[in-house]
Amino acid sequence: MTYLAKPKFHHPHLPKNELGYTHRDYEGAVSTLCAGCGHDSITAAIIQACFELSIEPHRVAKISGIGCSSKTPTYFLGNSHGFNSVHGRMPSVLTGANLANRDLIYLGVSGDGDSASIGFGQFAHALRRGVNMTYIVENNGVYGLTKGQFSATADRGSKSKRGVINTDNSIDLAAIALQLGASFVARSFSGDKHQLVPIIKAAISHKGAAFIDIISPCVAFNNHAGSTKSFDFVREHNEAVNRLDVISTRMPIEVKYEPGTVEIVEQHDGSTIALRKLDADYDVHDRAAALGFLQHHSAKGQIVTGLLHVEKESEDLHAHLHTVDAPLNSLNEKELCPGQAALDKFNASMR
Amino acid sequence: MPTATPISRVNDFVVRFANVNGSGSASANEMFARAIMRMGVPVAPRNIFPSNIQGLPTWYEVRVTEANHLGARGGIDMMVAMNPQTFDKDIAALEPGGYLFYDSTKELPASKFRADITVIGMPLTAICNREYTDPRQRQLFKNIIYIGALSALLDMDVKAVEQLIGEQYKGKEKLIEPNLKALNIGRDYAILNLHCPIGLRVKKSDKVGDRIFIEGNAAAALGAVYGGATVCAWYPITPSSGLADAFTKHCERLRVDPETKKAKYAIVQAEDELASIGIVIGAAWNGARAFTATSGPGISLMQEFIGLAYFAEIPAVLFDVQRAGPSTGMPTRTQQCDIISCAYASHGDTKHVLLFPENPAEAFEFGAAAFDLADRLQTPIFVMLDLDIGMNHHLSQPLAWDDTRKFDRGKVMTAAELDAGRDFGRYLDVDGDGIAFRTYPGTHPTKGSFFTRGTSRDRYAKYTEEGAPYVDNMQRLVRKFDTAKDLVPRPLQANSVNQTKYGVIYFGSTAPAMDEAIHMIEARGHALDRMRIRAFPFHSSVNSFVADHDFVFVVEQNRDAQLRSLIVNECGIDPVRLVPILHYDGTPITARFIAKAIGDHLDQLKVTPMKVSS
Repeated sequence: MTYLAKPKFHHPHLPKNELGYTHRDYEGAVSTLCAGCGHDSITAAIIQACFELSIEPHRVAKISGIGCSSKTPTYFLGNSHGFNSVHGRMPSVLTGANLANRDLIYLGVSGDGDSASIGFGQFAHALRRGVNMTYIVENNGVYGLTKGQFSATADRGSKSKRGVINTDNSIDLAAIALQLGASFVARSFSGDKHQLVPIIKAAISHKGAAFIDIISPCVAFNNHAGSTKSFDFVREHNEAVNRLDVISTRMPIEVKYEPGTVEIVEQHDGSTIALRKLDADYDVHDRAAALGFLQHHSAKGQIVTGLLHVEKESEDLHAHLHTVDAPLNSLNEKELCPGQAALDKFNASMR
Repeated sequence: MPTATPISRVNDFVVRFANVNGSGSASANEMFARAIMRMGVPVAPRNIFPSNIQGLPTWYEVRVTEANHLGARGGIDMMVAMNPQTFDKDIAALEPGGYLFYDSTKELPASKFRADITVIGMPLTAICNREYTDPRQRQLFKNIIYIGALSALLDMDVKAVEQLIGEQYKGKEKLIEPNLKALNIGRDYAILNLHCPIGLRVKKSDKVGDRIFIEGNAAAALGAVYGGATVCAWYPITPSSGLADAFTKHCERLRVDPETKKAKYAIVQAEDELASIGIVIGAAWNGARAFTATSGPGISLMQEFIGLAYFAEIPAVLFDVQRAGPSTGMPTRTQQCDIISCAYASHGDTKHVLLFPENPAEAFEFGAAAFDLADRLQTPIFVMLDLDIGMNHHLSQPLAWDDTRKFDRGKVMTAAELDAGRDFGRYLDVDGDGIAFRTYPGTHPTKGSFFTRGTSRDRYAKYTEEGAPYVDNMQRLVRKFDTAKDLVPRPLQANSVNQTKYGVIYFGSTAPAMDEAIHMIEARGHALDRMRIRAFPFHSSVNSFVADHDFVFVVEQNRDAQLRSLIVNECGIDPVRLVPILHYDGTPITARFIAKAIGDHLDQLKVTPMKVSS
């Protein structure tokens, strides 16, 4: 929206995180999305989450496809390498990048057109492989860059800005992610920073395929009455099952919770999620029950948000492939090339 | 019916086995070829198989060639006709004077045969039914029994076959004895009941040397191991699946850390070809050496990503094991038909580097070199194999590696260089060769990061849709492609001893047939200079070769003369100077075909001198 360059100066006493970085160190270029776009709130939440987690900004690889959502990696983590790939193919590019260097943090940013339509196959297969990543879909139910066509996550019966009623059934990416075996599945809302930032932090700390479906209203094409992805609609129909905080192991748990209302979930990196249950019966470890819960509420027109599922003992693709601990891109001739001696043996076996 | 003298030749003939696929004949037939090779006589076997698992006709052809003519020859001197479905056609395919070996258990009317061939019947089914009760054994040992009979008919060294049986069932010793027994049943029957040997004979020789017997796919995959590939992403497709399978096997043998038992490689069977190339591009962007193996349909599916890799300048290696197109075409037949679709893959102005290995030894060499080229040029590199090279065993020079060789990782700026204050522009042509420096993700906390995108950008990787920086970038890509001309394998030229105005250009799996054809063409009184092209972009010597001759034949295995088009287009050559010689029925090109096509053309040009009256 804006054409102004971002000013370089900032307040000398900005708070610093454990590594001495300020919030500004996690920012990127100024957004060129529409004013009020839900995606910009997600960008802000990603910046906040990375700052709070004290991640070294350049140790993140941010990868996206094509579309409004896929433009956002330009707007955060300016010192990270970014890759704006081709439409619907972020998951494969991210998978390859992850195989090359298991030591970086992989943040995949996609949209509902990118992941639920053209890239539905890649979305599915990256999740079922358990690629260690945070896969964010900025879900607005509409194609923004091409001016307002329905996407595959638009609910049946919802109305477009031009007044057309969607007759196709919608795809619930969170439900599909559960079915595909993603070891971390969450849904949130771009307008609820307090829910969203801890979810992103937990997803980044999670080892394995972490998927977050973030409802992110499109102010230009899908924020009208009759839309089920508008700010008003989502606020009214938001059914949060829990709230969560990510607490570093180095920090004592300061907040006092009522007994029985909180579940502590340990993550592979030593961090702990304190899960405040809003729905007493909801079990984040029961994949099948979560699926049923989603469908039940979806039928009532409710949007279930929160941490929907997390696996206690999750694994990632590198564990499945049994790859060496060192990043594959760091191996040299000595480690990779078997040399003439091995070739002599091979030749002898081929006569 | 015409008659013909039975063919009489030693170490120079073609045997074809006609079988039903799924009957276990393949390993027996291959053993036959290997036994001849063990006798020191070069062989060139070719598998002609259907896109099917069980029940359809399949053929295995063995060319026995002391003279080292390893291309397909054309014509069949002996048919081992084991498939009733194709019996009539198989007999018709025999050369006059040829030999038919068939299962005579069921009597066939004389009208089924030809008068100009030697018919050798052996009641194979009856013998098997007598010797074995298990139907599966009857089928499998029938194959070994006919190999036994052939060993007597062709005067082969039975020790060589026996030794191969021992090697094949090493670790499964229980199977050795019954196989040897079957071999001897066949051999003894032939010696007692048939006229042995026939006119075709194998005689011990020493023409194999230290060569190895290997499929191009296995050699190319080993090239990828030696070239330092750590990430392989692929989707099953004939005829390239064997390359990924071979890479897996090589890695399990050569790339497992001896202490931790962990893998120094990652192989993903992707959900489709789009994901395969996406994984390759992601891995290579992140500094690993990565490749995919595919065939024509896969290349079609990868187009968008290939354009991204070209424009965003990401190394990638693609092994294209070509098969007959278009569309699904003939999936189990060979062609060189993806030249244009690879050279100009993707929308917009693109050009890609292609390598054309002639055989497994070069598939290994180019397979390894492709990774250096990809890193150096930061662009996709296509290794253009085909089904003939990839899926057939070829007698090939032993694979060789220089242990002092280092990987060329190309222009990669390090954290130290960034700290030293070196200017980093991802698309900045600092050396004038069109190649800019890149950084790997995660290199430095504050310097050297950039955004990779398929959209237009300036020299510092900043998004722009302005005309001047776009043109500047596209021109640099042309400069980079020019740089590639001197980095890729050069063409090999062989001039005729006699001065000639004519030349021939060829590439890839056509090479052995061309090398043989040149002698046949010379025997017809024509001289021809030869150039084997080994890569695209073309080295300047290709232009001079065409310029130095009145016209040049371009021999290739596709309908549309794709390489010729590429030469015309890229070298700016008048098309009339390039005469297409095209073979594209899905079988490997033969020396006979080339010699006839070129010979007939040159015959027409022969000028008969007018008599000058004195």
